[in-house]
Amino acid sequence: MQAFSALVTQLGYTRSRNAKVALIADYLRATPDPDRGWALAALTGEADFAAVKSSAVRTMAMERVDPELFRLSRDFVGDTAETVALIWPETAPPANDLRLADAVDAFAGVSRARAPALLAEYMDRLDSDGRYALIKLATGAMRVGISARLAKTAFAQAFGLEVDAVEEVWHALSPPYASLFAWGDGGPRPDPEGTPYFRPFMLAHPLEDGTVDLADYAAEWKWDGIRIQIVRVGDDTRLFSRGGDDITPAFPDIAAHMPVEGVFDGELLVRGAAQMGEAASFNALQQRLGRKTVSAKMLAEAPAFVRLYDLLIDGTEDLRLLPWFVRRERLEARMAALPADRFDLSQIIAAQDFDELGRIRDGARDAAIEGVMLKRRDSLYVPGRRVGLWYKWKRDPLSADCVMMYAQRGSGKRSSFYSDYTFGCWNEDGELVPVGKAYSGFSDTELKWLDKFVRQNTLNRFGPVREVEKSLVLEVAFDSIHESKRHKSGIAMRFPRISRLRRDKPAAEADTVQTLRALIT
Amino acid sequence: MSSAPHWIEPHPHGIFVRPANAWIDPSRPVSRALVTHGHADHARGGHDAVWATPETLAIINLRYGRYPGENAVEYGQTLDLNGVKVSFHPAGHVLGSAQIRMQYRGETVVVTGDFKRRPDPSCAAFELVPCDIFITEATFGLPVFRHPPTSDEIAKLLAMRAAHPEGCVLVGAYALGKAQRVITELRALGYHDPIYLHGALEKMCALYADHGIAMGPLLPVAGTDKADLKGSIVLAPPSALADRWSRRLPDPVTSMASGWMRVRARAQQRGVELPLIISDHADWDELTTTIREVAPKEVWVTHGREEALLRWCELHQIKARALALVGREDEDEG
Ligand SMILES: [Zn+2]
Ligand SMILES: [Zn+2]
Repeated sequence: MQAFSALVTQLGYTRSRNAKVALIADYLRATPDPDRGWALAALTGEADFAAVKSSAVRTMAMERVDPELFRLSRDFVGDTAETVALIWPETAPPANDLRLADAVDAFAGVSRARAPALLAEYMDRLDSDGRYALIKLATGAMRVGISARLAKTAFAQAFGLEVDAVEEVWHALSPPYASLFAWGDGGPRPDPEGTPYFRPFMLAHPLEDGTVDLADYAAEWKWDGIRIQIVRVGDDTRLFSRGGDDITPAFPDIAAHMPVEGVFDGELLVRGAAQMGEAASFNALQQRLGRKTVSAKMLAEAPAFVRLYDLLIDGTEDLRLLPWFVRRERLEARMAALPADRFDLSQIIAAQDFDELGRIRDGARDAAIEGVMLKRRDSLYVPGRRVGLWYKWKRDPLSADCVMMYAQRGSGKRSSFYSDYTFGCWNEDGELVPVGKAYSGFSDTELKWLDKFVRQNTLNRFGPVREVEKSLVLEVAFDSIHESKRHKSGIAMRFPRISRLRRDKPAAEADTVQTLRALIT
Repeated sequence: MSSAPHWIEPHPHGIFVRPANAWIDPSRPVSRALVTHGHADHARGGHDAVWATPETLAIINLRYGRYPGENAVEYGQTLDLNGVKVSFHPAGHVLGSAQIRMQYRGETVVVTGDFKRRPDPSCAAFELVPCDIFITEATFGLPVFRHPPTSDEIAKLLAMRAAHPEGCVLVGAYALGKAQRVITELRALGYHDPIYLHGALEKMCALYADHGIAMGPLLPVAGTDKADLKGSIVLAPPSALADRWSRRLPDPVTSMASGWMRVRARAQQRGVELPLIISDHADWDELTTTIREVAPKEVWVTHGREEALLRWCELHQIKARALALVGREDEDEG
């Protein structure tokens, strides 16, 4: 536990990405199994213990500390876990003899009622850094300023592996990742054959300037739904969101109707004119995300279907190292086997040249069209964003995907809600920097949801301002972008407003400052 | 309290001792001032007459020039100011820092100024002074503030320096007290290499050395080759940590010595990579232990997190009140 708490403490005070990677890599090399596996799970957000909630932490603290002194301390420190770690009375010098894996086993088996007592027993054995790390681990909220991707990069670096190779098998494994570390130590690559698991998505760069030659690139519509991956192995079908979350329970209408084994890439959409138009249908999808069950009414009112883009694995044959046009042919050949009311094919746009494509794009009237995708005809399916392979050419470029960073209470009738949001984009150093502030554009229902999000994900409080966990993507529309010396990002938005909550998007896929810079007028 | 005004009157800008016609640590110019120590939130320029320890007067002279009416008071020496018996006792906070004891009509009042209990090689140790009314600071008056052993923190600093031979460790430390404390604590752990100083720290370190505090070799950063600073420990005021000045240093690890470093967000806001929890103030345990040991009839709290200390007094059935003095607590002073 001491090595883990030292790691957590050091990560908290380390700014450079490379230094963070090095710290984690050193830890993973030096620490035995299964402790390092649990640490990796904690850092990637995969460790979660149903019985240990922040209420248990609070209950435990109240038994040792005067509630009023706790409240005053909490207000000053800004973080409950840290307050408990610092305020915990030490009756004797702590033995620091707790093993990470033992704590994890105990948390996994404990009941909700017993959780506070168990946690208190551990608090007595740890010093303040250890207490902090353990509470963060137990409540599944490490928040040490690193992304899951960074932790995986550190793992890869520690053992001389490619991070993409790690990503490839990651979603088929579970903590404490014994087979992964065995691979790192020179054993065979984990073989997840026979299980339906997520493959990392290939992503597109924004087309910032210039044109592409349509002889080299195929154009298709960019649809305005939720990008998903459908994986079927044997008779088990799973749906995954962009971040690799299993969203199958929310879309039984899709999962039940995929008859073909393989891995498909597509856009989840809602059919029919019965709804209230495009935004409402997008919202209907968003509302389903994260649900464990979906009502019959929802299924009937907003029937989902998938518009297919790509075929990654056909049966058991991996197509990802074949060119796009070959995969496309294979996908087209598969369409006949799929029920037409649940799956259709994303059409290629026939255009003679780039100018004509521009005219077609500008003339598109379908509200579900967000823009045009340009895919290099010979592009292999590679995870992440690669320069020169895929581009997205948005119809309305005056919007950006940003990450919520801070929230503040509104004024007037909104004064009880956190309704003013500061959001940021990624800079070249991989840091989020604020690019604007918005307090409009969302519905009352969305406001309630946002308010709840802020309260449940607060990292720090600075007077009226709350810093939140950088995990929620907001689609922000604006009138224009200007240069600004006042902001760290160097840019300022004119009339920014929240156009959508993108709960399906991982924060890592939000836009970059560089992308916004290209829109400066 | 009785309805008649007490002979000690708290005002927003200081504590007025009416029969002595004197103020303690006033924040505006007055005719007669008793000053606990040299920090800016306690010692201001412009008073007509000042009573303070010789070390505190030397510090004030260095910062504000000479006062016309200086009265040096040694620790333990007793004065009579219009019938009020006044004496100064070590507060253990910085060089020359004093608690002020006053006796009048059978009642004893102690004003701590700022104080700490743990040993500090750069100043005289705190003396426990029994009294009826104990007027205390509460800078770290929250139970989350428990300063770890100073030697552990200094060991962290030495370990970072050793691990970083191609760079240096830049420690932010307040010019009066903290800088000299860090230096003398380093010497106490056997570190005898030259320690490099930002220009703003040089004069105060020299003043300490003049008062017999062994500082070991100190060199100015100004005029030293960047290459010669590799593997060294550099001290600067906290305000210099983030400014252009630090660019002259080889790959500095940013550190800061302050009691506030106990709270992660405080360290992170300043971009501190190596927080050192070294404080010149009493932590929560020392504050509460001191109140227990002094065992006064009443506790008055001058500045800091007074709400929590009052709550503690309430829980322990000790009569207490907050004075709400203004303009106290320079953040850097922790
Ligand atoms: Zn002071
Ligand atoms: Zn002070």
